[in-house]
Amino acid sequence: MNKAELLKAFEAPPNPNVPQDLRPGDIVSVYFRVKEGDRERVQEFRGTVIRVRGEGNNATFTVRRIASHGVGVERTFPVRSPRIEKVVRHQQSKVRRARLYYLRERIGKHARLKRRMPKQSE
Amino acid sequence: MKAIIGKKVGMTQIFDEEGRAIPVTIVQAGPCYVTQIRTPERDGYWAVQLGFEEVASKRIPAGLRGHFQKAGVPPLRFLREFRVDGDPGLQVGDTITVANFQEGDRVDVTGWSKGRGFAGAIKRHGFSRQPKTHGQTDRHRAPGARGAATDPGRTWKGQRGPGRMGNERVTIIGLTVVKVDPERNLLAIKGAVPGPNGGLVLIRESYKNKTNG
Repeated sequence: MNKAELLKAFEAPPNPNVPQDLRPGDIVSVYFRVKEGDRERVQEFRGTVIRVRGEGNNATFTVRRIASHGVGVERTFPVRSPRIEKVVRHQQSKVRRARLYYLRERIGKHARLKRRMPKQSE
Repeated sequence: MKAIIGKKVGMTQIFDEEGRAIPVTIVQAGPCYVTQIRTPERDGYWAVQLGFEEVASKRIPAGLRGHFQKAGVPPLRFLREFRVDGDPGLQVGDTITVANFQEGDRVDVTGWSKGRGFAGAIKRHGFSRQPKTHGQTDRHRAPGARGAATDPGRTWKGQRGPGRMGNERVTIIGLTVVKVDPERNLLAIKGAVPGPNGGLVLIRESYKNKTNG
């Protein structure tokens, strides 16, 4: 067995509630379990996926949203994290890069992405 | 005595019940065979000789073949000794697998660190870099002074400086076994382990587990 196969032995199973074809430009809501003291609740984080990287247990994706007062907030989630309740995709967009860092320099209407209609097969 | 020989596979991360990502090193360890027991009467000390990784008989020196035959084990590529305080309670021919370890066990892991060749004082001993600007040329990574002047008129013994780095035996103490996979002979050990991927590592119960910690 080669190295990759051996490393996979301890991999977490993919979360069925996370789309496996998450792509940059997707507008998503991430429902993430947070611990507050001894209470646990689910927090929604809605924004644009600007980066998807890694594979297996090491895969992460970064969501950017504009919080109050126009402050940009980016949060990186491990794709296989058991603390992700689910990820809901609201829109897919036509993008020409793998990393949408240019959105950081754009505000308001300039930061929009063109909607992409997924093919039936997707 | 808990000890095993393995090969470092590589690093990854796994999630615990809390959802935290734990950095782990995967080691493919065992099955190992007890090939000899060293006793004070015969050898002057207690130790267990373990063998790891089966190999074709023609690949080992003829002199060793008898050694394996006597122990009743297949020919093995690696033989290593583990010192123990007293009678280890093992027999020649016994098999040791990762199943001898449990999640949560504290272990000491020995490996051979990656060779870094002739390294400078900054990499080798953590010296500080000199200024990059203010007229400095060619001395950014120089080690600086090696000692005083006419008195003592020589460099002290043991003065740290550039030289060969790495490729030495290193033991990391007190690592935690996070997961055990007996089917594939794998151990997941929290944190980093010395040596390159594919390098030989020796894993034994942490000496800190002994009484009075």
